[in-house]
Amino acid sequence: MTRDSLITSENDVDIGLEFEGLEDEVDTFQEEHERERHRGKRRDGERAKKKKRGNGERRKRASNAGQEEEKLQARREKKGRRKRSSSDQQAEGREGDEAEQPTTKSSKAAKTRKNVKNEKTRKVEKEEKEDEADDEERNAKRKKKHGSNNKEENVEDGNKHTVKEKAGEVKKKKHKKVVETSSEKETSEEEDSEEEDSEEKEVRPETLTPEELETLKEAVDERKKLIQGLRGKPWAMKKKLVTLRESQEFVEKYEGALGKGKGRKLYAYKVMMTKKWMKFKRDFENFKTACIPWEMKIKEIESHFGSSVASYFIFLRWMYGINMILFCLTFGLVMVPEALMGRPYGTIPRKTVPRAEAPSAMDFAVLWDFGGYAQYSVLFYGYYNNQRAIGWLKFRMPLSYFLVGVGTVAYSYMVVIRTMARNANESGVGDDNSFNFSWKMFTSWDYLIGNPETADNKFASITTIFKEAILEEQESRKDDNIHLTRFLRVLANFLVLCCLAGSGYLIYFVVRRSQKFALDGLENHTWWERNEVNMVMSLLGMFCPMLFDVISALENYHPRVALQWQLGRIFALFLGNLYTFIIALMDEINLKREEEKIVKFNITTWEASLYNISASENSTAPPVTIQPADVPRGPCWETMVGQEFVRLMISDTMTTYITLLIGDFLRAVLVRFLNYCWCWDLEAGFPSYSEFDVSGNVLGLIFNQGMIWMGAFYAPCLPALNLLRLHVSMYLQCWAVMCCNVPQERVFKASGSNNFYMAMLLVILFLSTLPAIYTIVTIPPSFDCGPFSGKKHMFDVIQETLESDFPAWISKVFSSASNPGLVLPFILLMVLAIYYLQSTSKSYKEANVDLKKKLQTQNEENKKKNKLAALKAQMDLEEARKATSPSAEHQKNNNASPDQEDEEEDRGRGQRMYHSQNGRSPPPPRHDGYLPATRAPVPRNYHHGNQGSAGYLPGFPRESEARMHRVSSLQRH
Amino acid sequence: MGTTASQLGKDMLSEYQELTFLTKQEILLAHKRFTELLTKDEKDLPNTRVPMDRILTLPELKSNPFRKRICDVFSTSEYKDGGLTFEDFLDLLSAFSDSATLEIKSHYAFRIFDFDDDGTLDCGDLEKLVNCLTGETDDTRLTPEEMRQLINNILEESDIDKDGTVNLSEFQHVISRSPDFVSSFKIVL
Repeated sequence: MTRDSLITSENDVDIGLEFEGLEDEVDTFQEEHERERHRGKRRDGERAKKKKRGNGERRKRASNAGQEEEKLQARREKKGRRKRSSSDQQAEGREGDEAEQPTTKSSKAAKTRKNVKNEKTRKVEKEEKEDEADDEERNAKRKKKHGSNNKEENVEDGNKHTVKEKAGEVKKKKHKKVVETSSEKETSEEEDSEEEDSEEKEVRPETLTPEELETLKEAVDERKKLIQGLRGKPWAMKKKLVTLRESQEFVEKYEGALGKGKGRKLYAYKVMMTKKWMKFKRDFENFKTACIPWEMKIKEIESHFGSSVASYFIFLRWMYGINMILFCLTFGLVMVPEALMGRPYGTIPRKTVPRAEAPSAMDFAVLWDFGGYAQYSVLFYGYYNNQRAIGWLKFRMPLSYFLVGVGTVAYSYMVVIRTMARNANESGVGDDNSFNFSWKMFTSWDYLIGNPETADNKFASITTIFKEAILEEQESRKDDNIHLTRFLRVLANFLVLCCLAGSGYLIYFVVRRSQKFALDGLENHTWWERNEVNMVMSLLGMFCPMLFDVISALENYHPRVALQWQLGRIFALFLGNLYTFIIALMDEINLKREEEKIVKFNITTWEASLYNISASENSTAPPVTIQPADVPRGPCWETMVGQEFVRLMISDTMTTYITLLIGDFLRAVLVRFLNYCWCWDLEAGFPSYSEFDVSGNVLGLIFNQGMIWMGAFYAPCLPALNLLRLHVSMYLQCWAVMCCNVPQERVFKASGSNNFYMAMLLVILFLSTLPAIYTIVTIPPSFDCGPFSGKKHMFDVIQETLESDFPAWISKVFSSASNPGLVLPFILLMVLAIYYLQSTSKSYKEANVDLKKKLQTQNEENKKKNKLAALKAQMDLEEARKATSPSAEHQKNNNASPDQEDEEEDRGRGQRMYHSQNGRSPPPPRHDGYLPATRAPVPRNYHHGNQGSAGYLPGFPRESEARMHRVSSLQRH
Repeated sequence: MGTTASQLGKDMLSEYQELTFLTKQEILLAHKRFTELLTKDEKDLPNTRVPMDRILTLPELKSNPFRKRICDVFSTSEYKDGGLTFEDFLDLLSAFSDSATLEIKSHYAFRIFDFDDDGTLDCGDLEKLVNCLTGETDDTRLTPEEMRQLINNILEESDIDKDGTVNLSEFQHVISRSPDFVSSFKIVL
């Protein structure tokens, strides 16, 4: 050894002793430790570089602790080498003190040190001591530097003897190894340290070469990345805080040093802007979360009832959002322009209440039915004028009306499909069933549940799930009487079909009857007769599901299957009702159109007579002014349809609210207070409290939305009303759930059903736009009301706009584009494109599955390999221990806490031997007798900082890293 | 809210935001809830540790079968009594928050399920886990036979290296494919 090395060694001894005092506080990872050793050896080899590198390391560490200020000072003083280095060391020692205090400690490190101590006492050789101290010092130096977890870095952990003996040869080898095995990060850090060290020499950052700058920049970026990723680290807060502060300090320190002259300014500016931008982004994020409506309410419900009930409210909120957009469209582009810029009320017949209705037009009963003044307002289709452009803006009203109608539907389709696609993406990961049991085990608890009752229900349901799963696994389930079950199921379905047919007929009957009433004049009839249709529909919607529930008891299905059947039946019921309603409406539309023809004829005769009168009296007199209220007019079927839908919506809303109040609130109150004076336990027994019926409520919401989509074209007020309804039901249902519902007995997962509901919504959207589009396309609009009056078809408005508002060639292009010769190939092309995309997606899916399989088998292979390797390592360890130190045994027996240390030693050596033999020597003969004894501690021990065999998985580098962190945080207690 | 904000300090608040998955409002709410748990004289001391039994009175944790484990895992107390400081509490909420990554969630889930803290889920851990999930009452308990079957099935599926235990990487492998883990491994204040 040359003088230089001796000097450092002495210094190192001091430091090492100092550190021994702080054993518990030193935080290090094995590989770092090891890497440090490599570096140390290299330093020996490359003496010329040694000083530089050492400085670099120290420097780097110092910067870690945020103390390089002192360091620089020390450096500038330019004293004798020995003195300087010693002062550095002292500074380091101090830093070590300060820096390590808050950081998390790994007992592993401490234990390694203890081991080392053991050895020390065993073999009191100076060299050895130096080495250990050396080791420790570097150990401490490099701590926190490396998160990467390279296999080879564990090579020859703490093995001084071998190293000493093979010094010359090993030096080279190690160097090579480091180069070979070090990850990118490692290399970059090496450069980094060199770079920093050169910086130190020149002190001023302005004189840096571009490459050095580049590396510094990289280091800074790395730190930034570290700061970014810090929240994703499973460390304790204290450790995170310390790391954050250090890194921030580092970044701040060196950010300014980057860039030269103009570039430097630019860089500083950029950095400042990114900082500001980050802050802004964070604030904006905060603001955004603060803006999400009802977030707290939903979270409260979520924490009481679990995620499935909350999913209903999230769905409700989503619906609210969609309706908000629809409302904005209709309100902003249709209702407001007409109200502000269109002709005012009373100027033309369609905007006036007819003379006959005028006296009762302001009655509440009439208004409640959306007759009277409500009917002749912007709320309904009939009020809109067919003037092509209105107001000083020349707003194209009919065009806007048409486009808004189309846009509403298009937007809804887009949103629903987009959401479905996103949901499919999210749930697409979990499509394989390979972890059936494990998922049930590890993910079945819903941590959001904060209500003891919900928790009890959840316990019960989890138990059933487990039992079912076991049963299914055994496949020992036998149907005792398959014929009876089959018969009962058929019977149940028959009954349900009867119910559906009955309800359909009832609705049809009621609608026809109401037409008769309407012909007679509504005022002659009772309230019931006037509102029969809506009431019957709502009542059917309320009671039929209960009936279905009773019927489904016959079928004896699994609850999940039963729920699906139930949902399907309710869906069919609602759909049937809605469609019978529409069919009845169609009948009514046809009737109205007949009526319209008669009225039209009458009007021409009326006009003719009017003309005749005026002509006969005085041909020069101004034309007779007729009050618009007196003009005879057609029945305007569009307004009628709109009115029907609005009434339906209102009555549906009312029934929902009333059921809520009676069925939930009143029941809860009765159960709660009558329970004191009742002969059986009401709360636990028959009536009990009502459950929150997620699926029923979602279905109700979906059908309500279907009505909106259907009716919105004829009643622009519908989205507004719906918005109001959703708003109220948000509060009302939140309140009802919290105050008078008990959690469901069968708790279903929210995630599975999300797309199911979305699919239903899509179906409903399709089915509800179908009749609306049909009426728009085929039935000619009324002649005297609405924005399209006087046209043959409603969509003629497009053509009209094209012809009059655009240059001629555009309309020419359109008309030629719409000829079948072009349209058909286009459709064909689209079909082909869809087919192509579908087949490619299928092949991607297959490839995905293949890859997954490959990955899995590879993982398994890796694990097997590693297990074998670990096994070998154990044997080697035994061998090594036997061979090397009989004195160690002796030592151990004297030790106060032999267990841990023994294990620790075992581990260290085991790993070392494993790796060394992996590379070079054949495995030594195995000692069978020792195998079980040494085998045991391996998995047990990993907790103390050693990695189990799986830790070496190349496929899972991050996991093992995470484990390392975790260990350290555990050990901090 | 204003008082809590000033108590927490702007720097701390922004650091906490940097280090957790929580938003500012959530941190403030957490602070409020945490100070409610403190007794009067504890309020003046910085970094007070709230004992586990008082933490468990929080309704969000009260009916959770893993409440004790959660406290143990997130506690940094030297006495291993499961007491939490405010920072530990934030760590807890951060791991259970909406925006926490799958990785961190699965990491903590593993530690929660690892009842004996030995770094792997062995048969004992799994048995305890099943008992936690099925509740304390006898009628929901599984019979020993069922239990054995269940644990065997689980090990069959997820113990890839067949060493009789489930380690962290195996656990994360299993969890990462589960559709509802992220949505159910949540606690909100």
